[in-house]
Amino acid sequence: MIEVKNLCKSFEDKEVLKGISTVFEDGKTNLIIGQSGSGKTVLMKNLVGLLDPTSGQVLYDGRDFVGLSKHEKVMMRREMGMIFQSAALFDSMTVLENVMFPLDMFSTMNLRERIRRAQDCLDRVNLSRDADEKFPGEISGGMQKRVAIARAIALNPKYLFCDEPNSGLDPKTSLVIDGLLQGITKEFGITTIINTHDMNSVMGIGENIIFIYEGHKEWQGVSSQIMHSDNTRLTDFIFASDLLKNMRQLVLDKENVSR
Amino acid sequence: MLIHRYLTIFGRYLMLMGRVFSVPERMRMFMKQYVKEMAQLGVNSIGIVLLISFFIGAVICIQMKLNIQSPWMPRWVSGYTTREILLLEFSSSIMCLILAGKVGSNIASEIGTMRVTQQIDALEIMGVNSASYLILPKIMGMLTIMPFLVIFSSATGILGAYATAYIGHVLPPDDLTLGLQHDFKPWFMWMSIIKSQFFAFIISSVPAFCGYTVEGGSVNVGKSSTDAVVSSSVLILFSDVFLTQLLS
Repeated sequence: MIEVKNLCKSFEDKEVLKGISTVFEDGKTNLIIGQSGSGKTVLMKNLVGLLDPTSGQVLYDGRDFVGLSKHEKVMMRREMGMIFQSAALFDSMTVLENVMFPLDMFSTMNLRERIRRAQDCLDRVNLSRDADEKFPGEISGGMQKRVAIARAIALNPKYLFCDEPNSGLDPKTSLVIDGLLQGITKEFGITTIINTHDMNSVMGIGENIIFIYEGHKEWQGVSSQIMHSDNTRLTDFIFASDLLKNMRQLVLDKENVSR
Repeated sequence: MLIHRYLTIFGRYLMLMGRVFSVPERMRMFMKQYVKEMAQLGVNSIGIVLLISFFIGAVICIQMKLNIQSPWMPRWVSGYTTREILLLEFSSSIMCLILAGKVGSNIASEIGTMRVTQQIDALEIMGVNSASYLILPKIMGMLTIMPFLVIFSSATGILGAYATAYIGHVLPPDDLTLGLQHDFKPWFMWMSIIKSQFFAFIISSVPAFCGYTVEGGSVNVGKSSTDAVVSSSVLILFSDVFLTQLLS
């Protein structure tokens, strides 16, 4: 479990995060949603320690990450996996080498075991063996995201962070990625935090959703509550287009009639 | 204000070097990267080093013959001055200036691209000391390969000089040999190698710093690459003055 207590982050005069407090639960897909510039990515970077908060606490199973020493932070990071918006695969390495990298660095396995483990991870994300020897530049965006997921789970992390994993992907591939993330979360019982704009993800896999609005937590709940929410900022964001607004109205009208 | 800015940059450079020179997390991975960097930065530069050294050696020899040789000078003077120029300045300083362009831009753009595409963030999230993992093998690789490049450069420069004697008939080969052997001080060879070690450190660490601290996108990567070449070239020239004074 990751607990955030009164997290604030400022860049010079600009206050980006304004006292966010929330809990990201184990074995659940926790989603952070919000408009561009609302502070989602800054929140995630504070969670993983790529940025230091101005004030507040980030507690990993009770351990305050902000207060840890540099060495303790490094050790803690070995329990984390992260999937970046751009996949962030190492250009100079093949797909298999990318997935093997964390194993090469931190595991005590021999070469054969490391290869087998990397191939298991690639199998888990449904990537065929044909892709093993290809470089990231030679595979599609969706495949790159799957390789990034395989790399992130190679060391069996306790916490998985995903920064807009569906960005740049078509709706069908996005569903595949969402399914994989949800499956992995359940299978390994990890705490997964996903930063997303994708409304399919919100409605499909959102078990704990935090809506950030202008740097503060505006709303928290599950996907089934969104349809009936009276928070206009949330509904305006989720049902942004006229089509979605009309569809929501139709659903609500239908429910009222059936009552 | 300008001094404050440069001191800030120097401070950040020193802090980065502090992170770079830490014990590698996995020696096996370090050795793999080290060998790769030696090949990429050093072995791949041999061609250009040999090409430039050969022609510069030839040109220096022709210029010495045309401008210094006279009836009042000993006949070995062209060979002697060619050797001294090649050994003392060209094979270390000028050759490193050329490498600053080739290797420096390569390092800055490679690390800069890794920065803007979040590959360095990915390393940090994994708990890897990205500065040490990426930069230390480059510095050690350059330091290891540089003496060989200096020796190859000197030897090829002399071959170039012989080419002017044997093929161009600019001066008799015996005169050139006499000059090349006249009053040879082995210390000059060592001096050249020592100087090149300092330059190798500059060529690898300054561009790495420029690339590692890139912010923004591809335009800034290009800018950092240019900054890397300019900064390392200026630093090589400055340090050359002090090193020459110190080692002579």
